[in-house]
Amino acid sequence: MTPLVQIMDVYKNYGPVRALNGVSLDVFKGEVVCIIGPSGSGKSTMLRCINNLEKISRGLIKVDGEIIGYKLVDGMLHELSDKLASRQRSKIGMVFQQFNLFPHKTVIENLIEGPTHVKGTKQQKARDTAAKLLNQVGLNEKAHSYPNQLSGGQQQRVAIARALAMEPELMLFDEPTSALDPELVGEVLQVMRGLANSGHTMIVVTHEIGFAREVADRIVFMDDGMIVEEGIAKELLADPKHTRTQNFLTAVRA
Amino acid sequence: MSSIVKQSSDDAFKDKYHYPIATKFRYGRYLAAAIILFIAILIVHAFVVGKIDWGVVREYLFARSILTGIVNTVVLTIISMFLGISFGLIAALMRGSSNLVVRNTALFYIFFFRSVPVLLQLLIWYNLALIFPTIAIPGLFSIPMTEVATPFVAAVLAFGISQGAYTSEVIRSGLLSVDRGQAEAAKSLGMTKGQTLRRIIIPQAMRVIVPPVGNETIGMVKYTSLASIIQYREIIYSAQTIYFANAQVIELLFVCAFWYLVVVSILSFGQMHIERYYNRSSRDTAKGETKK
Ligand SMILES: Nc1ncnc2c1ncn2[C@@H]1O[C@H](COP(=O)(O)OP(=O)(O)OP(=O)(O)O)[C@@H](O)[C@H]1O
Ligand SMILES: [Mg+2]
Repeated sequence: MTPLVQIMDVYKNYGPVRALNGVSLDVFKGEVVCIIGPSGSGKSTMLRCINNLEKISRGLIKVDGEIIGYKLVDGMLHELSDKLASRQRSKIGMVFQQFNLFPHKTVIENLIEGPTHVKGTKQQKARDTAAKLLNQVGLNEKAHSYPNQLSGGQQQRVAIARALAMEPELMLFDEPTSALDPELVGEVLQVMRGLANSGHTMIVVTHEIGFAREVADRIVFMDDGMIVEEGIAKELLADPKHTRTQNFLTAVRA
Repeated sequence: MSSIVKQSSDDAFKDKYHYPIATKFRYGRYLAAAIILFIAILIVHAFVVGKIDWGVVREYLFARSILTGIVNTVVLTIISMFLGISFGLIAALMRGSSNLVVRNTALFYIFFFRSVPVLLQLLIWYNLALIFPTIAIPGLFSIPMTEVATPFVAAVLAFGISQGAYTSEVIRSGLLSVDRGQAEAAKSLGMTKGQTLRRIIIPQAMRVIVPPVGNETIGMVKYTSLASIIQYREIIYSAQTIYFANAQVIELLFVCAFWYLVVVSILSFGQMHIERYYNRSSRDTAKGETKK
């Protein structure tokens, strides 16, 4: 079985800064992979490269067999047109630390924006799907609220529903609970747990080690733009091989 | 704890601490009112005893050429602003381009048309016939410049193009005011650059863009009077034509002032409503919860 996501020797430079320094990783369909690591280790960068919010400097990323952001012609990579690049992104859902809901649109409008304007779904059908998703994240009574009338936890649940409305084959989460007050973290993790259990393929950057242990199939530890260590979640957390991993885990558990 | 609750419901306790609050006497307010009233009386008195013929003001208020003049003023304002906002948007987008040539072209446009006075631009557009007698693409068509560069066309070009240079800065700051995460969220849903701009960025930028563009529109209503010097028949030109004949100068200028007040009032009202629309999602004004 070929992996859904194939990251092959990827480098990403920001001027002199090497944010990714030769990263390789495979993620299979239905897998939940959590990425942990210290600040500045390149976790967000890797996620953003997977859905082409950032262009990689070297290497190759494939999702569902398609090269992300480029087309291979006669042994040369040619940048995709805006339209084709957008089509690739539409198949990958992303949830941001800062939610990034559209503040000028109501919750339901946020949810149908992608389906109606990107996929060409009919209004009514998109609204029905959106209502189901709101129910799934426990927010049906908020359909006509504006984002700034919601708590952080509610906003993040809407953001997850908005990404799901596109029926993506892959969901990316960049520290989805880091901007939340502690008492609101649980409700968001609960929704994500549900997604993991229903077979979604997820890559989650998180500092919630407990969540990672419970939900992740695999954990990847990054440092300095490289993958230092990866393994079965429970094994890696119980018995990290690298001193850097050990130090990081000691620090976050303290 | 329970003793505090008991105390505050105790009347004796209440009486002890509940003093009436004296109304503050606002000397400043009364003084200002007195001064303003005095000045107002002076001004009204001056105009009553002054040699102004209110009958003439009334007579010309709805005169045909005055009405045509104010309509022409409004038409010129609307078309110039439309052109200005269009050019402004294009220049603002060009300034944000990653293409060096495109970016610098926009910068030059803004620099040039902000530097040359509008009055001068009016005269130049109007007098283009002096250097280019005809507009022609050989073999296709050829038109005498005097037919193209009418007062109206010259005025629209001068006002629209120079307004665009100013408006581009307003639009640019509006676009920059929208959080970068918004564009990323839109992209991650698979929206193209154009869709992101139209559906996500511009609607949010409008909150920042509308107030200054509203002010500029109101400014434009008055700027258009400059076009009288190239014989565009806006309201001041019409009034002048009349008072050159009948010498009722002040009366006709008052008529103009009246109509400017009417137009600006309508525009201010419109601006207020547009601003309210684009602020609808703010927590304090939104009715999202109660909307069906
Ligand atoms: N747009 C950018 N321009 C320049 N440098 C950047 C940019 N984005 C990230 N970097 C740098 O790349 C490196 C990796 O950043 P990244 O955001 O991927 O880290 P991270 O692991 O997500 O950290 P955190 O846990 O703080 O979110 C950092 O050194 C960062 O300063
Ligand atoms: Mg990050």
